[in-house]
Amino acid sequence: MKFEYAPAPESRATAEIAPSYGLFVDGGFREAADGRTFKTVSPSTEEVLSEVAHGGEADVDAAVAAARAAFPGWSALPGAERAKYLFRIARLVQERARELAVLETLDNGKPIRETRDTDLPLVAAHFFYYAGWADKLPHAGLGPNPRPLGVAGQIIPWNFPLLMLAWKVAPALATGNTVVLKPAETTPLTALRFAEICRQAGLPAGVVNVVTGDGTTGAALAAHPGLDKVAFTGSTSVGRAIARSLAGTGRRLTLELGGKAANIVFDDAPLDQAVEGIVNGIFFNQGHVCCAGSRLLVQESVADELLGRLKRRLGTLRLGDPLDKNTDIGAINSPEQLARIRQLADTGDAEGATRWTAPCDLPSTGYWFPPTLFTGVTQAHRIAREEIFGPVLSVLTFRTPDEAVAKANNTPYGLSAGVWTEKGSRILWMAQRLRAGVVWSNTFNRFDPTSPFGGYQESGYGREGGRHGLEPYLDV
Amino acid sequence: MPSPAPALAPADVADVTATDSALRRFLHGLPGVDAVGLEGRAATLATRSIKTTAKAFAIDLAISMIDLTTLEGADTPGKVRSLCAKGVSPDPTDRTVPSVAAICVYSDLAGVAAEAVRGTGVQVASVATAFPAGRAARSVKLADTAEAVAAGATEIDMVIDRGAFLAGRYLEVFDEIRAVREACGDAHLKVILENGELATYDNIRRASWLAMLAGAHFIKTSTGKVAVNATPANTLLMLEAVRDFRDATGRQVGVKPAGGIRTAKDALRYLVLVNETAGDDWLAPAWFRFGASSLLNDLLMQRQKLTTGVYSGPDYVTVD
Amino acid sequence: MSDTSAARLSVLKTYKLFIGGAFPRSESGRVYDVTTPDGRWLANAPLASRKDARDAVVAARKAFPKWSGATAYNRGQILYRIAEMLQGRHDQFRIQLAEAQGVDADRAAAAVDAAIDRWVWYAGWTDKISQVAGATNPVAGPYLNLSSPEPTGVVAVVAPVGSPLLGLVSVLAPVIATGNTAVLVADPAAPLPALTLAEVLATSDLPGGVVNVLTGRPAELGPPLAGHQDVNALDLTGASPDLAVDLEAAAAETLKRIHRPRTAEDFTADPGTGRLTAFLETKTVWHPIGV
Repeated sequence: MKFEYAPAPESRATAEIAPSYGLFVDGGFREAADGRTFKTVSPSTEEVLSEVAHGGEADVDAAVAAARAAFPGWSALPGAERAKYLFRIARLVQERARELAVLETLDNGKPIRETRDTDLPLVAAHFFYYAGWADKLPHAGLGPNPRPLGVAGQIIPWNFPLLMLAWKVAPALATGNTVVLKPAETTPLTALRFAEICRQAGLPAGVVNVVTGDGTTGAALAAHPGLDKVAFTGSTSVGRAIARSLAGTGRRLTLELGGKAANIVFDDAPLDQAVEGIVNGIFFNQGHVCCAGSRLLVQESVADELLGRLKRRLGTLRLGDPLDKNTDIGAINSPEQLARIRQLADTGDAEGATRWTAPCDLPSTGYWFPPTLFTGVTQAHRIAREEIFGPVLSVLTFRTPDEAVAKANNTPYGLSAGVWTEKGSRILWMAQRLRAGVVWSNTFNRFDPTSPFGGYQESGYGREGGRHGLEPYLDV
Repeated sequence: MPSPAPALAPADVADVTATDSALRRFLHGLPGVDAVGLEGRAATLATRSIKTTAKAFAIDLAISMIDLTTLEGADTPGKVRSLCAKGVSPDPTDRTVPSVAAICVYSDLAGVAAEAVRGTGVQVASVATAFPAGRAARSVKLADTAEAVAAGATEIDMVIDRGAFLAGRYLEVFDEIRAVREACGDAHLKVILENGELATYDNIRRASWLAMLAGAHFIKTSTGKVAVNATPANTLLMLEAVRDFRDATGRQVGVKPAGGIRTAKDALRYLVLVNETAGDDWLAPAWFRFGASSLLNDLLMQRQKLTTGVYSGPDYVTVD
Repeated sequence: MSDTSAARLSVLKTYKLFIGGAFPRSESGRVYDVTTPDGRWLANAPLASRKDARDAVVAARKAFPKWSGATAYNRGQILYRIAEMLQGRHDQFRIQLAEAQGVDADRAAAAVDAAIDRWVWYAGWTDKISQVAGATNPVAGPYLNLSSPEPTGVVAVVAPVGSPLLGLVSVLAPVIATGNTAVLVADPAAPLPALTLAEVLATSDLPGGVVNVLTGRPAELGPPLAGHQDVNALDLTGASPDLAVDLEAAAAETLKRIHRPRTAEDFTADPGTGRLTAFLETKTVWHPIGV
């Protein structure tokens, strides 16, 4: 018998969207100095959701000035008072979680199941966690007298818009810094809704400023001489450019960049859970995840069996309307990203790998790419070396643990890795040798505010989350 | 869907069950189960939202999959007869409601049930083999089975010897299931693993395979008489086992979660597990059952809500 | 060395680089004059080239797996052994420092003492830094979550100027204490203590390649090291402000970790842990907890 799930859409009315939004500077919303705007669209329908102010250099100047003016007062507050603001924000996020989840899903294209069950709970948890640090900084083990740096410029990507905001803003405020945040061009709406939450929380004007815009806005912010600290999450190429532009300035910099993680499956793995881990590793959030397990390294002796199970499982993934509560795979965030995924996938064909696509119908409007895997991939293929940032898995095989480690580490990146085996000593042996900031053993893509996250090598530097996440915002 | 060629031909099955050590090697060679990952998957599937037409379909399907059960020391012929009436015609005001799959009773009442459901298509399931503990001589268990079948039971729900299993005497458990299957004659055999006493998911996977190799038509989670009965996670695991067993041998085995499934919402979640793990082929009373008693009335109330648009109450379904 | 005796001509020393545990001349064949602050010639030092820098990186990379994989206890023993060997050469370093810096014997001796004590300090840190910088993170779920610091890899160090032994040891010891390997560019004005220290390192059970010492011009050696794709981090303590800007820009291409103190460092002060943690990566490992 066929059990077809009827449409189960989350109500979009939960999240009202205004026809236009301004920049959030010094506690108020305002138009861009030069009056420019840009449109933000829903990736699943191509519908224009709103027009948003396009911040330019003058707006970045104004925001940095507001943050600078707010810094003395904010940093002088007793830690316990700063903590209470952050606790308020955490609670307001929880209160408005459904609205924020719907808004995120509309603007980003990711399934409501993920925004509801992953993004929003983590956002609230992150503020709640760092709130508690605000009055305990001397106990963080970073030195007896940790001091805030000043004004932080923070530039975040489109893949987890509100969660990346939380990862940036929560530790910065807890440590007494003020911030100018630049959300991604394609996903500005939840950051602006967060600005409203800051007002509801009574946060002093200028402590958080949000300047929306495109890459030029981000570049103007990153290079602004009025900053003490720059934090960036995004592509390695942009991260490199920021590092170059800050050379010799003495401004502090943390970077959370790309990855090409190996997800390594041994023949004694718990296979059904490994299949789930592989699916979660690369198809979670349409593969728009810097720590995605985009290279599956499977032991040759179990490769056929694992791939059979994996393909069968991919056949059950539900792609479509991101607002439908039963959707597993949403839309690709933008036409540019879709073009990049297509282009890199095409190199997989051209270089001789074998493409397999999950059986599913793609909607006729919006930006979509079906869950795809390539077999017969070698380390030399572009799809094994370059970050695709989409739902495309490259499958490679190995014979011995040493070979698995060598292949896993054979990349300039080093953000994350996965290991699947029921043998405890092997897990520890692997975890010790993998050059990656996060190693998930017998699980994948788990996140928690207490758990430091960040990469080795060209995946960037600095850690976000946990006690370690305080250090980039403190002078110790 | 890719289905690998059968990896276990009948001759292979004979090999792996030839000796205790061969059987142990086989069962311990099955892939391990990561508890957190398994429970996580079950929890994710529990978030599926089943609405409108899908809900109506699933409610009727769930009703048709119920083994409507009474397993009390106080059971009487009268109680069993009224349960049979309820199972055959769950909602006297609405003839479009399907009958349940079976009535499940103790073996001494199998004859009463068989009489009451004659000609309706509803099966009579009898627990046997010294249910629920299973602590009796094998001759007693086989006699229990044979008498239930003779009295008209068309399905037998046996319990495995958990003591022997936990002591590692797998072949003894295997032989006993075989013997009971033989005693069943034409009746279908459901093998109760009693997951709560097996304690680990690895054990549940091994016991599932052991029962299937021994000829079970169904594998069943639990007796309903211990602290932990059917859970979404252990049922998901058993669904993976029957799926893999069919891939390996070509033979399809059913799954029956029992104990603790009381609401329509629970039942629909189990059907989602079936749908997204074993697949369409198991979405029929021949391959999936719910061992339950109060579940039926909640399904009926939800069904009335869908039909009428207003919430139903316990006085609008029959109590038996 | 002063040579006033008419009875016997002393033996002059040929100073060489220290790469991969061996003492090669510069592949360039170049040397430069090393003098006292008042201009008296002391020795010729090798004027290392980009190719020497490249060889040093190869040696450092080759040494990394074994050194980073050694137990922290073992690394601590070896660092302590370095202190022991340095103590045994106390007089040699005292004389060399006095000549190099034009200071009196007492000040030179104090610097040697402090350098020895610095090795002892870091010898004790090798098996403690993980406990101080690591963590068990209480994640909201059934997982064990451990963060532990790991060495970043090959670190290129531009040694501080004006503190040719204590400053040198203060920047070098924390790099290798945690399991990194180092390519060190010595203070160009006072390179001899660095080359003599190499002799200490070579006789202290330190595996070849863990420390590699180059002498020459930081402006010549810095760029190939900063641009090198197999160097993971830079310590720019001794780089001039202009050079530091160039090296930071070059390092951006491969996103190297950079340590550059914003204010002049007092090497006689408590070193803290800042120099240890500057060249550590935090690795966080998750594992489910279940039966």
